[in-house]
Amino acid sequence: MSDLGTEVLAAITDLTVRFPSQERAAVDRVSLEVRSGEVVALVGESGSGKSLTGRALLDLLPTRARASWSDRRIAGAEGSAVTAPGRGAAAWTRVRGAAAAFVPQDALGALDPLRRIEFETGDALRLHRGSGRAERRAPVVAALVAAGIPDAEERLPQRSDELSGGLRQRVLLAAATIGDPRIVVADEPTTALDAAYRDRVLSALRARADAGAGVLLITHDLGSVRSVANRVLVMRDGRVLETGAPEDVLAAPRHAFTRELIEASPERAPRGTRLLDRSAEETLSEIRTDSEPPSAPVRHPADLRIAAAPAPAPGTASILDLAEVSVAFGPRTVLHRASLAVRDGETVGLVGPSGSGKTTLLRVALGLLRPDHGDARVGGVSWAAAAVRERRALHQRLALVPQDPLASFPRGGSGLAILRDALRAAGVGRGLRHSRALALADEVGLAASALARPAAELSGGQRQRLAIARALARAPRILLLDEPVSALDLTVQARVLDLLDDVQEERGTAMLFVSHDRAVIDHMSDRVLHVKPDGSIGEAPTEPPR
Amino acid sequence: MSEFRRARPSVAEIAAAAVAAVLLLAVAIPGLLAPHDPLAIAPDQAFRPPGGTHPFGTDESGRDILSRVIFGARDSLLIGLAATAAGLGLGLLLGGLAGGSAKRGLAPLRFAADRIIEALFSFPGMLLALLIIAIRGPGVSSVVIAVALGTAPGYARMVRGGIRSAIGSAPVEAARLQGDRPARVWSTLILPEAMRPVVVLAALGIGHAVILSAALGFLGLGSPPPAPEWGAMLNAGRPYLVRAWWLTVFPGACIMLAGLAATVLARALDRRGRFR
Amino acid sequence: MIALGGAVAVLFTVATLAFLALQLLPGDSAEAAVGGPGSQASAEALAAARAQYGLDRPLVVQYFDFLGRLLRGDLGTSYAQKIPVTDVLAHALPPTLALAATALLGAWVLAFLSLLIASGRSRVARATASALDLVAAAMPNFWLASLLVLLFAGTLGWLPAVSTGGPSGLVLPALALAIPTAGFIAQVCRSGIDDARSAPFIDSARARGETPLGLRFRHVLRHGIVPGLTLTGWALGSLLGGAAVIEVVFARPGLGRTLVSAVLARDVPVVLGGVLISALAYVVVTLVTDLLVARLDPRTEGRIEAMARV
Repeated sequence: MSDLGTEVLAAITDLTVRFPSQERAAVDRVSLEVRSGEVVALVGESGSGKSLTGRALLDLLPTRARASWSDRRIAGAEGSAVTAPGRGAAAWTRVRGAAAAFVPQDALGALDPLRRIEFETGDALRLHRGSGRAERRAPVVAALVAAGIPDAEERLPQRSDELSGGLRQRVLLAAATIGDPRIVVADEPTTALDAAYRDRVLSALRARADAGAGVLLITHDLGSVRSVANRVLVMRDGRVLETGAPEDVLAAPRHAFTRELIEASPERAPRGTRLLDRSAEETLSEIRTDSEPPSAPVRHPADLRIAAAPAPAPGTASILDLAEVSVAFGPRTVLHRASLAVRDGETVGLVGPSGSGKTTLLRVALGLLRPDHGDARVGGVSWAAAAVRERRALHQRLALVPQDPLASFPRGGSGLAILRDALRAAGVGRGLRHSRALALADEVGLAASALARPAAELSGGQRQRLAIARALARAPRILLLDEPVSALDLTVQARVLDLLDDVQEERGTAMLFVSHDRAVIDHMSDRVLHVKPDGSIGEAPTEPPR
Repeated sequence: MSEFRRARPSVAEIAAAAVAAVLLLAVAIPGLLAPHDPLAIAPDQAFRPPGGTHPFGTDESGRDILSRVIFGARDSLLIGLAATAAGLGLGLLLGGLAGGSAKRGLAPLRFAADRIIEALFSFPGMLLALLIIAIRGPGVSSVVIAVALGTAPGYARMVRGGIRSAIGSAPVEAARLQGDRPARVWSTLILPEAMRPVVVLAALGIGHAVILSAALGFLGLGSPPPAPEWGAMLNAGRPYLVRAWWLTVFPGACIMLAGLAATVLARALDRRGRFR
Repeated sequence: MIALGGAVAVLFTVATLAFLALQLLPGDSAEAAVGGPGSQASAEALAAARAQYGLDRPLVVQYFDFLGRLLRGDLGTSYAQKIPVTDVLAHALPPTLALAATALLGAWVLAFLSLLIASGRSRVARATASALDLVAAAMPNFWLASLLVLLFAGTLGWLPAVSTGGPSGLVLPALALAIPTAGFIAQVCRSGIDDARSAPFIDSARARGETPLGLRFRHVLRHGIVPGLTLTGWALGSLLGGAAVIEVVFARPGLGRTLVSAVLARDVPVVLGGVLISALAYVVVTLVTDLLVARLDPRTEGRIEAMARV
C-alpha cells in the first residue's frame, strides 16, 4: 500500500457492471483507488472485467452496459479530490482530457482515419485551453517526441492508415497525456509495441507517477507489472482475486489463478519445459465457471518434465532450405540474400518487428510467392523446379498454422468439417475421415463437443488447437507457425505452447516458429534467427531477460 | 462482450415479406384477387371515386383500378424480374471475366472486361435505356434489355471485387496450401464467397428494375396501351390528375411498395449473411 | 495522373460502345436518315444518304471516322430535324443542367438534414429518419412529381403545374428529382455514420473531453459524407436520366424531353449524342469527386457506387 497521507486521485467503490444479454456480472463489486505518485496495475485476461473497471472510472463504459457503484471520485482540475460527475453528465467533458486521461488500446481505428494526427493529438488543448492551431503546434510536436516519435514534425499531416501499430499507440499516448493529466488510465498501452518501445512507454508512465500523477495500468503482461507498478490487482471473472505489492503477489501468490498466470509466462522457462501442469488443464481458463477455481498444487521442479525431443545433431538432413532468397515489392527490398535451413525435428525461431519480412519469408517457404532471386527447397525439391503434380506433393510435406485461424477457416464450417476436408486433401479415404478427424482432435486436446460447433463459436485457444489439428492432418514434416499465440491470453498461450512441444515429441515434426515475442521464441526454439535490417537472416543476438 | 444479434425479424421485415407475398400471388393468380375484369369497359362507370364495389375507383373507361393494379403486377414485376435476371447474367459474365482472368495470358480479356464495365457504368441507366429503345423501338423486350444493360455494370463490379478479394483470402490460401486443385478452390470457396453480396444486391436490384421499367412504361415506351402495366397506367391517368387522383395514386403506390419491399428484404438478407 | 488516364480510357470505350450500338440499328441507318424504316424512299435517295453519311465505306474506316468526328465535337446530324446534333443539344442542355444542379443541391440539403438526425443520440428520431430515407429512395420520381403537382398546384395552388421558366417553375420538378436522390445519398451516408458511431476512435475522442456536438461534427458526420460524395457522379447521371421523365410531366423544355421525342421519332444520333454528353459529364464529375475524396479520405471505397447503381 502507498504511504499514508498521499492524496487519492481516483477511486471507485463497489463497482458492478452488467450487460443485458449476460446473466453474470461483467464486473462484480470491485473497489479500487489510485493515489498520487503510484502506478496501480490491473492484471487479468480477456473477459476479466479489467478494461470495464478502468473505463467506469472515467465514465467511458459502452452504452449497453448497466453500471452501479456506491462512490466514485476523481481529482478535479484544481487538484482536490471531488465527487465525480454523475453518469453521462456533461461535466465529464471538462474532466476527461484535462484532469483525467484515458489511453486506449490500439485497436485499428482508435485514431480517426480521416483526421491528421496533428489534430487528434492537439484536441485536448483545443478543448480545454481553447488554443488555436498555431498555438498547439509546438506542444503537439513536443508531446509526440516525448511519446517516442522523433520525426514528429514530418508526421503531423499523416493519418492513422499511414502509421504502423506501434506508432499509432504512441500517438494515442501523446494525445491522452498532452493536457498534463493528474490521473491516467492506460488500457493495454504496450500490446502493439516491441520490446524497446514498450519499455519507453512504461517509463513514460512511471515518470508521470513520479511527478505526482496517479496511473492505472491495465495489462495482461506481468513483465510490465514487475517493472513499473507500486500495487497490483489481479482480476478474473469480474472480481479482484488478490491485491498487494508486485513483489509479494508475484513471488508468493495466494490464489491459484495468480500462480497459473505466473507459471504461464514463458520468460525464464527454458526450452523443453512444460509451462503448465497437465492436471490443471481445462479446469481454469478454458472453462470459466462462477465458482472459485480449485487451488492447484504449487509447482515443484519435479513436475517440469522435458517435453520436447532434444535438438537433432547438426548433421541431420534439412527439411526446409531457403538459399539466398531476395524479394522486393516495387522499390522496397524486403528480403535480400536471406538463407535459412530447418533440419528434421528441430524448432527454429524467427523474431523481428512487424514489417521486417517474416511473413514474406514464410510465403516463399510455402511456395505462395516466387522469390526474385534464390531458391526455396522442401526436402531437397525446389518450388521453382517442381511441376504441378510435384507441387501438390510438396504441399503435403509442410503446413502453416496462421495467426488468425478463424479467418482461414471456410465460412460457417464446423471443426469436424474442417478436419475432414483437410484429411480429404491429404488423400485419406472417405470412410476413414471421421475416425481420423476425431483422433486428431483428441491429439490436440479438442473436445468432441467443441468439434461439432461452428469454428466461429470456439474460443481463441480452441480455434488455434483446431488450426494445429488441421495442419497435422497431412502429417507434415515441418510446421510453419506464423505468430500462432500472439492473439491469445497468457494461460491459453501456455497451453498451446505446451501442445506444440507435445506434438514435436510425439511426431518429431520440425517447426519454423515466427513471433515478435522474444520470450515465446526463446522458450520454444533450438536456434533463434532474425531478419536483419538489410533483409538478410542472421543469428539473433541474445536479449537480456527483464 | 459482443452481443449476438438475434435472428428474429423486425416488424418492417415481416411487413415487407407480406407485401412481397401478396405481389407474388398477384403475379401468379391475379384472377383470384381481382374483383373485376381489368379490361372490361363500362362507360357509365367512368371516374368513380374509391369506395363501394370499386375500392380504388374506376378510370376514364370505367375499368376497375384495383383489378388493373392487381393484373398490372404481372407485367410490372415480370419485367423487373426478367430485367434483373438478364442484368445479373451479363454482370456475372463481365465481372467473372474481369475478376477471374488473373493469369498472365488472359490479361487482354480482363482489360477489355474492365473497360466495358466502367464504360457501361458511365451511362446513366435511364438514358442508356432510352438509347436502346431508340435503336430497337418501344416494347416490353426493349425495356427488359435496356434495364438489364443499365444494371449489369453494378453487378459486374461487385462480382469482380468479390472474386478478387476471395482469391487473396485466407481460406483460399489455406486450400491451396493443402494442395487443392483450382477447380475445387473455385467451386467450393471463391464463387460462393463472391456471390454472397451479389445475391443481396440482386434483391435490391429487383426494386430498382421495377421502378426503372415503370418509368419507361410511363413514357409510353413499354407495354402498349390497354395492358394494365403500372407505369403505363400512371401515364394514362396523367391528363385526369386533378379530376381523378386515384388513377395516379394507386398504381404509383404499388411501384413504391414493390421497391420498398425489395429494399427491406435485401437488407434483411444482408444482415443475416454478414453474421458469421 | 492515373485517374486521368483511366477517365480517357473509359471515354474511349464509351465511344466504341456507341459506335457498336449504331451498327445494331435494324436495317440501315441510311433508311432511318431518309425517313425511318418503312418509308418509301427511292434507291437514289438511299444511295445519296449512304454517301453523305459515309455508310458505303468499310466498317474500320467508319469507326475511325466516327472517333475523329467525336474528337472534333461533331456528333452527327439529326435524322428528324436535319440540323447538327450539337445544335439540338446546345439548345436543350441549359434548362436541364439548371434543373439537375438545383436538384443535386436540394438532394444534398435534404440528405444532410437526415444525417444530422442520424448522427444524434435520439433513437426514435434516428429510426424515423432511416424509415423516411427508405421510403424516399423507393419513390418513383414521376409519381412523386404527380403527387407534388396534385398537392401544390392543385389543392394548394401555390406553384405552377407547368414549368415554363423562372424560379417558381423550377421548384416542383427539382423537388421531385431531389427527394428520391436524397433518400439514396442519405442511405449510403448512413452506413458510414453508423460505422463511425461505434468506432473506437469515438471513444478516444470522448476520452479527450470531446463534447457530443464535437463528436458529431468533427468525427461522425465526416465519415458519413465521404461515401456520399463518391456518389456525386452517379447522382448527376441519375438526375439527368430522371429529368427525361420529369420534363415530360411538367412540360418543361430540356434535354430529357428532347431525348424522349427523339426516341419516339427513332432519331438515333440525337439520343446517342445526349447519352454521350451525360457519360462525359459522369466521367468528369467522378474524376473531380474522386480526387476530392482522396484528399478527404486516403482509403478508397469501391462498393458503395455499385450498391447505388443497381
